Amino acid sequence: MKLTAFAAAAAAFMVFGPVEALAGRDLDQIRSRGTLRCGVQGPSNPGFGVPDSQGRWQGFNVEICRAVAITIFNDANRVEFVPVTSQSRFPALAAGEVDILSNNSTWTLTRDSNVNRFNFPAIVFYDGQSVMVPRRLNVTSARQLNGATVCVQPGTTTELNLNDFFRQHNLRFTPVVISDLDELRRAYDSGRCDVFTNDFAALAAQRTLLTRPADHVILPERISKEPLGPVIRQGDEELTNIVAWTVFALIEAEELGINMANVEQIAGSSTNPLVRRFLGVEGNMGESISAARADYARQIIRQFGNYGEIYNRHLGPQTPLGLDRGQNNIWTQGGLLYAPPAR
Amino acid sequence: MSTTSPIMPAAKPLIPLPAGTTMRGLLWQAALAAAVIFLGWSIYNNMLTNMAARGLQFGYGFLNRSAGFPIGEGLLNYTPSDTYARALTQGFLNTLRVAVVGIVLATILGVLLGLARLSANPLLRSLTGGYIEIIRNTPLVLQLVFWHSIILQLPSVRQALNPLPGFFLSQRGVKMPALLAEPALYSCLLALLTAAILWVGLARRERARQIETGERKSTLIPGFALLIGLPVLAGFVFGAPTVEFPELTGFNFEGGLSLSPEFFALLIGLVVYTSAFIAEIVRSGIQSVHKGQWEAARALGLAPGRIMRLVILPQALRVIIPPMTSQFLNLTKNSSLAVVIGYPDLVSVANTSINQTGQAVEVISLFMAIYLAISLVTSLLMNMYNRAVALKER
Repeated sequence: MKLTAFAAAAAAFMVFGPVEALAGRDLDQIRSRGTLRCGVQGPSNPGFGVPDSQGRWQGFNVEICRAVAITIFNDANRVEFVPVTSQSRFPALAAGEVDILSNNSTWTLTRDSNVNRFNFPAIVFYDGQSVMVPRRLNVTSARQLNGATVCVQPGTTTELNLNDFFRQHNLRFTPVVISDLDELRRAYDSGRCDVFTNDFAALAAQRTLLTRPADHVILPERISKEPLGPVIRQGDEELTNIVAWTVFALIEAEELGINMANVEQIAGSSTNPLVRRFLGVEGNMGESISAARADYARQIIRQFGNYGEIYNRHLGPQTPLGLDRGQNNIWTQGGLLYAPPAR
Repeated sequence: MSTTSPIMPAAKPLIPLPAGTTMRGLLWQAALAAAVIFLGWSIYNNMLTNMAARGLQFGYGFLNRSAGFPIGEGLLNYTPSDTYARALTQGFLNTLRVAVVGIVLATILGVLLGLARLSANPLLRSLTGGYIEIIRNTPLVLQLVFWHSIILQLPSVRQALNPLPGFFLSQRGVKMPALLAEPALYSCLLALLTAAILWVGLARRERARQIETGERKSTLIPGFALLIGLPVLAGFVFGAPTVEFPELTGFNFEGGLSLSPEFFALLIGLVVYTSAFIAEIVRSGIQSVHKGQWEAARALGLAPGRIMRLVILPQALRVIIPPMTSQFLNLTKNSSLAVVIGYPDLVSVANTSINQTGQAVEVISLFMAIYLAISLVTSLLMNMYNRAVALKER
């Protein structure tokens, strides 16, 4: 059976030559499969993606994938979540095991390049790398960390930034690299490392899982820029548009003051042409980006709310992570979130 | 189908094959070779097609690019600005380091356990039996995590245990005094080597004398005198080598030699796990030697220790060595479980390289080739040893 498949592939190769990447190929595959395969950080990342007691994934990154599924299928449940580690995520995406990564991956030139051939349609979270240390060490700045042992995840921008930072300040460090975030946190918690480094939000998430979270402090410095967002493979313009305009819809809704509670009422009563187009009451903007419905934005907001609602539900001040909006506020509120106009 | 017909007519072959057995055999061989080559070619082509479809380039050029990521420990003086090739070499040496030390220790522990398993003492026998069964029947990954957690329960670096002067034991592993690499050290090492060679020569001469005259004199005392005397003499002449002691400065101990907890956890896990299998191999090897051999040796008046060493073990080794080779190979390959506890072995470094460069097929092909090479070399050495102890037919 395998042999025939190989033979057929070989024969096809001889006849047709290498297959050109066609626009829409990945999207066609997702549609014909009927589910979106979404790579999330495994085993879990509190606030961003954790399986609940029923094994259903919950979190900020999870809802981004569910929102994309609404745009594609008009069904938030047609997502299959695949836990990936920091080391396995990009090979998994490149090999087609997952269609999209929603796991706090940083947008960098190398990853976006012709070498790695990934695509970052939009930024959903602006972060920066930080370091966490036990309070009893009395460290106040990352520059005091000469000679420290640092717990870091392999295969991350964090690992590379860390190296740059220490080199820049002429400091030395010993890395302890474990790809499983839980195992790495245990190593830090038991005192194997002096320092735990990751993106600020991820550190805040990990701190909630330590034996005594209050005994650890995240230093104020940000040693890098970490724009995080969903990642897909290069070569499918339609999927790029779908992911980008799903994220933009969440941001736009917050800017327009549309939320889970009032979306139906606004759709029914608003006379603002911009709002009417955005919610699919007028025009066909959904169809023009290959969404399942013209009113895809309205469907997303009806089920998950706007960006601010998703943020506050999983990461905001009321949650164990307790993250302020900061840079992750819409641009009219002093943040960096800015969606191109939906018209 | 009828079974009543008494004589079956000779069936006409579908393809008329040449009649001769040799010719037919050659034809089949050629057909099989062609099929294997075609299969290999289709797999390769399939890979290239798929890579081309995803716009990926096949090639090993990335090996000369700067890796950029740090590696916690290793034999080379690696820095993140070194190339991927050097990073992978560092990982390879880390694998080799744990495998070689592991094989030696697992063999020693395994042989002792195997002998204990056959002991006349029922307590020793049953304790060893229990140990072997528990270790053999639980997954290695669990054991590794178990050892790693235990080591992390050691005191923190500031409260490090100090069992011997200069030795510190903590969560950060073991710190010990190091001899600085300088001419004084080399002269001492050279003296040590000379002493060892002299001892071997001395032992040979005594052995020849024993065969000739039947008299036996131990070379133990002059041997040790040489081993200690010559390096000390060298120290007096060329200066004593400098010892560097680890010191607690800031966050960690500085100076001296260090062994990480990850290395220890992996080493202990692999040694304990493999030794249980080796013990069983040793036990079965010894039991394979006929009881008559014991009785004959006893009848000659040999002491029990010498019976084991001179009569039983040489015969048992022939049964023991081939399965031992498999255990050595298993230990080497199992060392790739290091990723679970964060020891930077070949697979760990390779995984990060794949993630960084996207060259999955190339990196995996490299580490497969390296594991294959390690395994083939181990097999080769063991086969040579096996031939040396094999029954000599005269």
